[in-house]
Amino acid sequence: MTNNTSSGSSSIKTYREAINEALRQEMRRDPTVIVMGEEVSGGAGCAGQDDAYGGVFGVTKGLMPEFGRERVIDTPISESAIIGAASGAANNGLRPVAELMFFDFIGVCFDQIFNQAAKFRYMFGGKARTPMVIRGTVGAGWRAGAQHSSMLHPVVTHTPGLKVVMPSNAYDAKGLMIQAIRDDDPVLFLEHKIMYDLKCEVPDDPYTIPFGEAAFPRQGNDVTIVAMSNMVTRAIEAADLLAKEGIHCDVIDPRTVSPLDEESILESVEVTGRLVVVDEAHERCSLAADISSIVAEKAFSSLRAPIRKVTAPHAPVPFSPVLEDAYVPSVDRIVSAVRDVLGG
Amino acid sequence: MPYQTEFLLRVYRTMKTIRVFEERCIKEFEGGNIPGFVHASNGQEAVAVAACIDLTDRDIIGSTHRGHGHCIAKGCDVIGMMKEIMGKATGLCKGKGGSMHIADFDKGMIGANAIVGGGPPLCNGAALGAKTRGTRDIALSFSGDGSANQGTVLEALNFAVVLKLPHVFMFENNGYGEGTGADYALGCSSLAERNGAFGMPSEYVDGLDFFATYEACQRAIERARNGEGPSAIEAETVRFDGHFIGDPQLYRGENEIQNAKDTRDCIKIFRERVTGESWLKDEEMDRIDAEVSDLIDTAVEEGLAAPNPDPATDLMADVYCSY
Repeated sequence: MTNNTSSGSSSIKTYREAINEALRQEMRRDPTVIVMGEEVSGGAGCAGQDDAYGGVFGVTKGLMPEFGRERVIDTPISESAIIGAASGAANNGLRPVAELMFFDFIGVCFDQIFNQAAKFRYMFGGKARTPMVIRGTVGAGWRAGAQHSSMLHPVVTHTPGLKVVMPSNAYDAKGLMIQAIRDDDPVLFLEHKIMYDLKCEVPDDPYTIPFGEAAFPRQGNDVTIVAMSNMVTRAIEAADLLAKEGIHCDVIDPRTVSPLDEESILESVEVTGRLVVVDEAHERCSLAADISSIVAEKAFSSLRAPIRKVTAPHAPVPFSPVLEDAYVPSVDRIVSAVRDVLGG
Repeated sequence: MPYQTEFLLRVYRTMKTIRVFEERCIKEFEGGNIPGFVHASNGQEAVAVAACIDLTDRDIIGSTHRGHGHCIAKGCDVIGMMKEIMGKATGLCKGKGGSMHIADFDKGMIGANAIVGGGPPLCNGAALGAKTRGTRDIALSFSGDGSANQGTVLEALNFAVVLKLPHVFMFENNGYGEGTGADYALGCSSLAERNGAFGMPSEYVDGLDFFATYEACQRAIERARNGEGPSAIEAETVRFDGHFIGDPQLYRGENEIQNAKDTRDCIKIFRERVTGESWLKDEEMDRIDAEVSDLIDTAVEEGLAAPNPDPATDLMADVYCSY
């Protein structure tokens, strides 16, 4: 990996803490970085404590006391206005990090992302720069129902002009967030709400992880498994179970899906000849479908078995826990997909 | 006496049902029997009941993420609601929706909504349906002081005026959009004035006063039924619980909630009024309290006993009408 990691100290941090630290360090380094969204601090106009929430998942906690309300801006519940303002501010000297409390709320402000921020640079002949990060929580598993649980990365990945980041662990989350803030394009930074308490060793100093470079949490020569976000955890679990039987999976976490590290995926499939893609999105037009098509087109001669996709079904996320558990791709389904491509 | 006894008893029963339902949801959530995000509306009962008590099943309401009270006031079955909130197969939406997505079309309840500001445009559509078909039915949307700042709501207000739709916009101002003060997030000094600027009759009422709120709703509903177009009401009310159950509510002032429960409880205010005027007797309302308590006990018991959905058959059911 070409990670620009400093040689300083490190400690165990949660995914939540890692993102918070990235934001804090970048805000210290660069006065043009601002954070805005609904309750990114909380308590504005209230009789009680300031910084009452620090974001509904506590990711931005403590930023307002350090940087003030001028740079940590609680907004009205007005997603179009939030994203539009972030985008316009990005065109005018700031580096905003805007929060969509739940990424499902992109439905309210999609024009500001899809027709505005994403297209400026190309449409204006390369003159515009929109260094904006949109943070949003994605994914099922919280019993939060159909309008708070979607996995909408395919929608934004489809859109030229947007970069899409899906960190699967605290280390990546910090390095990718710092990269996202420093990047000159609009970046969608998708945080899976199930992962906020996941911990790992994270350097204390700032570091960046370049976009478009996959990580390889497990290596093996039998089957390639590509997974992103929360599905990486499940893919690793499946790979570890299979390793006990002597089946060795090459688990690839692209970390960013736009840009996508096609080369690493293709190189792996050239060795294994077998591909399972795990994606929490619905199958149609998903990253699973996208990656499958890339491999089918560019590594067809290496394939020794049909590609298998493990995805959510073509249905909204159900509320009932028994249904939601059946909805999200499970370790069992990944294991059986691997057995399938091995001809088991 | 300006109100019939039967009406007052019905009002009291409905408000009390909402109160006990919400308090029980909090308890069952804390006990692990209710999953997910639940937003309780205890404290706001008078507005829900004042807005819905005289609506028919053909009149439509659109609700918010804090929708249990609206559902109950519109006549949704509380047992079916509790089953839904517990994610059970026999819930009002078969366990697919949950607390934030309860709907009962037979009762004219077209859905709670987890997208802030999602409801008012939909209610414009319901109102357009009534107007186009030439009925005297109306639509009534609930919004909070938070959703008052959503573009969808502002668009819907103007749209309703332009199309002269039979739509009553009810804004429940409980002082908080999630954990942000309404005084901060509403840039204007008066939401009622802002709504009026769209070109519709608009008024402010004390939403803790059932009677004042009811009378404002009657005026607005009557105008809508008579084809005179939309109206808006800002009802100031109070949220006894957090934005969601489990919200530590650090943003609230010291003793704020207890003070509100002591001095700004719409149900207490109602009881004081109706006994003070000798319209109802305490014993009549105490009897209702006992019946409501039994009903909610039954709802919880039946909710807990109800079957879960079956993933094999239910996960993929109802994505489309046909496909």
